Amino acid sequence: MKNKPVIYLDYSATTPMDETVLKSMYPYFSMDFGNPSSIHHYGQKAEQALEESRNTIASFLGCKSQEVIFTSGGTESDNLALRGVALARKKDRSANHILISPVEHQAVSSTAKQLNQLFGFELELLKVDRFGMISPEQLRQQIRDTTALVSIIYANNEIGTVNPIPELAKVCQEYSVPFHTDAVQATAYLPMDTQALGIDLLSIGAHKFYGPKGVGLLYVKENTPILPIQTGGNHERGLRSGTPNIPYIVGMAAAINLVQTHQPEWIKELTPLRDQIIHHTLTNIPGSQLTGHPSLRLPNHTSFVFEGIDSQKLLMLLDLEGFACSSGSACKTGNHLPSDVLLTLGFSPQLALSSLRVTLGKETTQAHIEQFLVTLEKTIAKICSRKT
Amino acid sequence: MQRKGTVVIAMSGGVDSSVSAALLVEQGYTVIGMMLTLWSEKGYEAENRCCTPDSLRLAKMVAAQLNIPFYVVDAKKPFYDEVVTSFIQDYQSGITPNPCLKCNRLIRWGLLFGYAKEMEADYFATGHYALIQRDRSKQCQLLRAKDKTKDQTYFLHVLNQSEMEKTLFPIGNLLKSEVRQLAVQFKLPVAIRKDSQDLCFLSGADYRDFLMRNAPNSIQPGNIYDKNHHLLGEHKGLAFYTIGQRKNLGVHSPKPLYVVKKDLENNSLIVGDKEDTLRRDFTVSGVNWLSGIPKKSRIHLGIKVRYQAPILDGYLNLEENNIVKVQLDDPYYDITPGQAAVFYQNDCCIGGGLITEEKD
Repeated sequence: MKNKPVIYLDYSATTPMDETVLKSMYPYFSMDFGNPSSIHHYGQKAEQALEESRNTIASFLGCKSQEVIFTSGGTESDNLALRGVALARKKDRSANHILISPVEHQAVSSTAKQLNQLFGFELELLKVDRFGMISPEQLRQQIRDTTALVSIIYANNEIGTVNPIPELAKVCQEYSVPFHTDAVQATAYLPMDTQALGIDLLSIGAHKFYGPKGVGLLYVKENTPILPIQTGGNHERGLRSGTPNIPYIVGMAAAINLVQTHQPEWIKELTPLRDQIIHHTLTNIPGSQLTGHPSLRLPNHTSFVFEGIDSQKLLMLLDLEGFACSSGSACKTGNHLPSDVLLTLGFSPQLALSSLRVTLGKETTQAHIEQFLVTLEKTIAKICSRKT
Repeated sequence: MQRKGTVVIAMSGGVDSSVSAALLVEQGYTVIGMMLTLWSEKGYEAENRCCTPDSLRLAKMVAAQLNIPFYVVDAKKPFYDEVVTSFIQDYQSGITPNPCLKCNRLIRWGLLFGYAKEMEADYFATGHYALIQRDRSKQCQLLRAKDKTKDQTYFLHVLNQSEMEKTLFPIGNLLKSEVRQLAVQFKLPVAIRKDSQDLCFLSGADYRDFLMRNAPNSIQPGNIYDKNHHLLGEHKGLAFYTIGQRKNLGVHSPKPLYVVKKDLENNSLIVGDKEDTLRRDFTVSGVNWLSGIPKKSRIHLGIKVRYQAPILDGYLNLEENNIVKVQLDDPYYDITPGQAAVFYQNDCCIGGGLITEEKD
């Protein structure tokens, strides 16, 4: 049973590291192992790798190199953005209002909650439509002069919906409120030019686009008020102390290169597969509903709920049949609770417990999808038929 | 290798279920590990005996070592709704419940067994100490484990034929000491945990504290009387006492006093000598017969009135509606309403039910 090959359809959870990424990292473990802060040759080699990686990434993001702050991943980037900016804005301008969407990743929502509970910030949630999208008009209604920070996810991890970031950013600019977006799911598939997006802060995690786990970055536009949340030897412009993780940063830059080269072709290949899954499922599986936006969604992302289905059971059966999928967000083992995101969109708790997320990546083929759809249909029919 | 079928094994990270899983793999079954997460009181999650993050981690490590798939089934809500709620209700109605029976009936052989069927597994296995024997007519019999000190048939008398037919107890023919040895031989990363009689959701603490927190209204102080209705003192709430209890009665007396009866109607506690707790006759209701209703309406056999009690000899008188009147050969102490009375013919567990409150 364990030896059966399992087709991976959970690319939003994480991705396999690309061969070229892995190779790029090798020299920096034991050969060019230096600390970039050191004066000597080893230090210089390491610093060169660090700064070249920063340049590569800055050119991808259309920003200045010094605007790229390396972190341990998307979660840390979100933490730094929220806590760092909120505290700085409170200190400088007594701004005490935080505005986030109700469909944020927990890295944002839990941080905002803590700022509310321990640091006295007022936390307000933006209204979303039934696809989990935030409109600029809505933001305009809820933003204030005393807003310390607005954080709105670029593309949602559970439902794939893409938010109109440039339009939202304009509203924040009018009010001179720093605007952060969690772009962890977006990096591989959506425009990432920070100038065009008009944002002030943007989070990225490398393992979502064939890079290594445990490394990410926060784009921080020049002159954005922000305080460090990890203090020490003043690395990364004093915003993130700690010796930089050179091999992983090099790996992330290689993965960014991969995105830069292949993004158009990935979008072209995966969009029809995504639409095939959506169309086939909604047509052939009774009681199925799409969650998130039908077209303004990540090209590799599909998500559903199925009336009368327990997603725990569905995921086990699919795994045993050889397909690795998710209910929408990882990190919830042993706690089968309805997702806050789906509840916010108005799904009943019971429907929210029937969610399935199928996300694709560069190894996904047409044949995988066809096999998957046959199995999905059969499995759901089987679960329904057993219920008497 | 010959295909022996697929088994879903209920795992807990403990030595019994881990060795069971390893044995099934060794015997050539296709094994799928599953673990239930059960309800814990808010703030006490880390102490829940059977599904702490630590036991989950151990169960995952065992499954990974055995190279079997492993899934976690969240049963918090059904466990709370079915088991914890009635645990509280039972105390409120003056009886001493045995929630493990309900859990086996509705959660393990209910929910998890249901998952096994959904996975199209041929069998469902647990790490209980008990045996199932198929006789010539394909009837299944539940037999006491080889390790009589660990035998858990008391908790398993709630099963039915179709469940027993699909159930495997891989360690039923082993002694606990042999199971421990096997864990070492298989190099299983199981924790050295004390065998405990505590209920999982009580997190090692006294059920009285749990009731205080979760059903404070049910706890009304009242009077303590002796059997001649002499007032001896005040009790803290009937739920705090169980039949045969001697400690913490709060009554000064030259001789030891025991709880003889809980009079729910008058919210009073009746205490007396040890001998006063002796009973020979009691009623058992909701009786489940594992291999069909006995043909004779009066049978002499063995009866267990508590998990830790010895098997006592006595007569069963079968009545309508799955009610049995028990008449022990010799009176026995502390027959407690709410606990199970389980019936044995030699080593074979033939059924059992709940001891009911006697109306005077």
